[in-house]
Amino acid sequence: MSLAAAAAAPSGFLSPTGVEIAFVLVGIATLGAALISVTTKQLVHAALWLVVALGGLAVEYLLLTAEFIAWVQVLIYVGSVVVLILFGLMLTRAPIGRSPDADSDNRWVAVTVAAASAITLVWVVVDAFRTTWIELDGSVQGSTKVTGQTLFQHWVLPFEALSVLLLAALVGAIVLSRKNQDQDKES
Amino acid sequence: MHLAYPAVLAVLLFSIGLYGVLGRRNAILVLMSVELMLNAVNLNLVAFDVWLRDTLHAGQALTLFTITIAAAEIGIGLAIVLLVYRNRGSSDVDRLTDLAENGLAGTGPAGAGSTPDAAADEKAEATA
Amino acid sequence: MTLTTLAALVPILPFLGAAAGLLLGRRAPGFVRPLAVLPTAAAFVLAAVVAVRQGSGAPTDAATRLTPTGSVPIDLALHLDGFAVLIAVLVGLVATCVQLYSTAYLRDDPRYPSYAALVSLFTAAMFLVVYSGDLMVLLVGWEIMGICSYFLVGHYWETEVARAASMKAFLVTKLGDVPFIIGVFALATDAGTFRINGILTAATHGQLQHPTIVALLLLAGVAGKSAQFPLHTWLPDAMAGPTPVSALIHAATMVAAGIYLVARLLPVFTASAAALVVLAVMAAVTMIGSGLAALAQDDIKRVLAYSTIGQLGYMAGALAVGDRSAAVFHLLSHGAFKALLFLGAGVVIHAAGTNSLSAMSRMGDLGKRAPDAMWTMGIALAALAALPPFSGFFSKESVLRAAEHASGGHTDGVPSAVGWTVLAAGLITAVLTAGYATRLFLLAFRGSGPRAADHGREPAIMNAVLWVLAVPSVAFGMIALVPSVFDLPKWFDGTELTPTLLTSVLGIGLALVGVLVTYGAWTAGAARRSAAPLGAIGADSGAEPAEAEATAIAAHTAVYGDIASSDDPADPGRLLLGRLHRHAASGFHLDAVYTALFVRPVLAAANLVRFLDREVVETYVRGAGAAPRLLGAAVRRAQTGNVQTYLSALLAGAVVLAVLVAVGA
Repeated sequence: MSLAAAAAAPSGFLSPTGVEIAFVLVGIATLGAALISVTTKQLVHAALWLVVALGGLAVEYLLLTAEFIAWVQVLIYVGSVVVLILFGLMLTRAPIGRSPDADSDNRWVAVTVAAASAITLVWVVVDAFRTTWIELDGSVQGSTKVTGQTLFQHWVLPFEALSVLLLAALVGAIVLSRKNQDQDKES
Repeated sequence: MHLAYPAVLAVLLFSIGLYGVLGRRNAILVLMSVELMLNAVNLNLVAFDVWLRDTLHAGQALTLFTITIAAAEIGIGLAIVLLVYRNRGSSDVDRLTDLAENGLAGTGPAGAGSTPDAAADEKAEATA
Repeated sequence: MTLTTLAALVPILPFLGAAAGLLLGRRAPGFVRPLAVLPTAAAFVLAAVVAVRQGSGAPTDAATRLTPTGSVPIDLALHLDGFAVLIAVLVGLVATCVQLYSTAYLRDDPRYPSYAALVSLFTAAMFLVVYSGDLMVLLVGWEIMGICSYFLVGHYWETEVARAASMKAFLVTKLGDVPFIIGVFALATDAGTFRINGILTAATHGQLQHPTIVALLLLAGVAGKSAQFPLHTWLPDAMAGPTPVSALIHAATMVAAGIYLVARLLPVFTASAAALVVLAVMAAVTMIGSGLAALAQDDIKRVLAYSTIGQLGYMAGALAVGDRSAAVFHLLSHGAFKALLFLGAGVVIHAAGTNSLSAMSRMGDLGKRAPDAMWTMGIALAALAALPPFSGFFSKESVLRAAEHASGGHTDGVPSAVGWTVLAAGLITAVLTAGYATRLFLLAFRGSGPRAADHGREPAIMNAVLWVLAVPSVAFGMIALVPSVFDLPKWFDGTELTPTLLTSVLGIGLALVGVLVTYGAWTAGAARRSAAPLGAIGADSGAEPAEAEATAIAAHTAVYGDIASSDDPADPGRLLLGRLHRHAASGFHLDAVYTALFVRPVLAAANLVRFLDREVVETYVRGAGAAPRLLGAAVRRAQTGNVQTYLSALLAGAVVLAVLVAVGA
């Protein structure tokens, strides 16, 4: 096991393995999808490109052997969150096709800030983790079994609290929407 | 795998999400960009968890929690955006300026600034 | 009890009465009248006892160190001699009479408690001035009297006239008091002590370095307090106060304080011939000017006010020729009959419903309606005119005698020119005094015309007080000079006070001339009087006397157009003065001169200061505020309400911090 791991270990800084290549390619796709999502003037297309980005991230999780999270990502994010977003766009009568005012006047400042933060963080991260490698050949870190074990052994309480939070969010959303309807009915 | 790949990917995703939050007009687009940022964070968490081979798998657990909370947040956020749309007729973030200096909450200090001055002047006159 | 204790009690009792009155006035209204009268009456009795015990012997002194000051210490000192004790008796008598009179005069006045307390406080302060042996303590009493005068003259402060009068009285006397205080300090520095005995010793031994300057500074205060030219303008206007106040403060006591001070410190004044000359000129101008002005006044109280000024001029003249016994003798007899005149005037104003002599001269039966007032005022006016055997004759003759003595060069340290000035002015004033006294009596009590409205019976206590004061007006002069009974010169410095033949004849003759000429003018004007109706009565017939007086004072300007004179063609004063009448009525335009010289520049300066403050200083202040305001406006523009702007700024800052941390690390 250790020999195979040693044989599969990269021999230098710039020697990529297949996982890395896949990771980089999917990463580029994800970044591209995200970029289009935040710059396109067509609102519904933005939501759909977001789906692509989130899906790409699910693939990245798989590459990082965190399979449970990958499927949760697909289920929740792609499955429900994006659907909600689409519903929201529909209910707020988002224009189909190009809308000229999708970007606010703040976008130049936004570009500056985003670029600055990107440069800073990339610099810092690359400088810090110049010589760190992830061991992907050992025991699987993110399988369902492993995740279930840790979740219900070590993280039970946060898990339960989270369910309460979900309940609160649910009730809150209902209340928010319902009040409005009552007011509409009264007026 | 070099740790830099997921870390840098996370950073770039985060920055793109940042641009979206700061530069998009529609509230729902802002929410979408926030989702991007959250996902970047999730990626970071998972990568570090795998790298550290954490026995508690804190990173992955936190990622699950983050996903859950993001879902709850988007639910409520969209409910609010819908309310705003219903009350104001638009869901543009630019239009929600009640916190401004001369916003909806009265004339604010700028308006009342002249009258205390005038009153103080009159008072000074009277005692002079 | 020792003499010192009794003498200390004399100022203390009215002071305690004043404090109790001020504290309890509102809460226990039943006690107010006893608290007003009893302490003052007790002080009068004690003052009389002190006078009897002190007698004409050597002066009594008692002192305790009040406070060391680092240079000249201040003592709480008592000095009792003939002058002090007799003046204290006069003060006690007049104060008691005034308090009794006021209980009826101000019976319905809502501010009676504070009025009575202030009168008691004033009495205590005057006693302090009289008995004090230390200049600083005397100064305390002096200033307390000033402030009490301000409050009491402004008793009817609802009327503009009273407010203006009280302010004017205060300011003019303060104008004299500032040089006075400087003079006191200079005197004490020269003499090394505030004790009057010490100062007098230094003065008589020639140890004062600057007697003239000190004397002139002190004279400024005396001129203000005793209403001598040029600081006399406040006294006629102070008649806006209630009549008992005028009787106490502006006739008998406060105005006498200046004369008393000069009498006490006479060696300081006689050490400087220049000061005596100034004093004599002041006295002469005052006497003649006030006599002429009194002939032109229509308000009965203003006539008496100018009369007071003139009589104080007599006392000042006596002091100028170095005879303080004569001055204090005249002070004592004047105090009695002038207080009587003022109190009687109060009765008359109430009975007539007006204070205008022109209106009174057109009323048929005022004399019958107020018989007590008529008889007692007749006595007092005779005393004022210095007709024998009334007290005024003897006291005025003592002054003329002293002037005549000095004019002959027989008095040490007094130039004979001073004596001639005082004598001449005194004789002219004798004519004028008799003239205006006669005018007042004839116009007030010998009027002819329709009956005036009935203003109710005069309260008995007011009339009783008039008769009480009539006794010394009649008898004091005669009794004072009879050696076996009283022998006044022994109480004083020992100088002779009995009238000489020359001055008596001159005095009586001139007085009779004044009386007859005025009588003639009055009868000559009788026809014009019945032809020209004049005057108006606005006082409510059921009101208390004080209210009637306040109405009358406030109405005078409205009816006649002038506070002082009326357009009566039948006025004997108008006939006698001829072209001078208009000027005399306004006090020879001195008020207008002061307004132009002092009031207008001060007001202009105040306006200038206000302008500078508002336009110049305020501009800088506002300018200083403008910069922060601009800054705030600039900062406020960041509050756009746009969340994305806020967030951008926040994150930009965070990025900068991160860069700094990273670079620093």
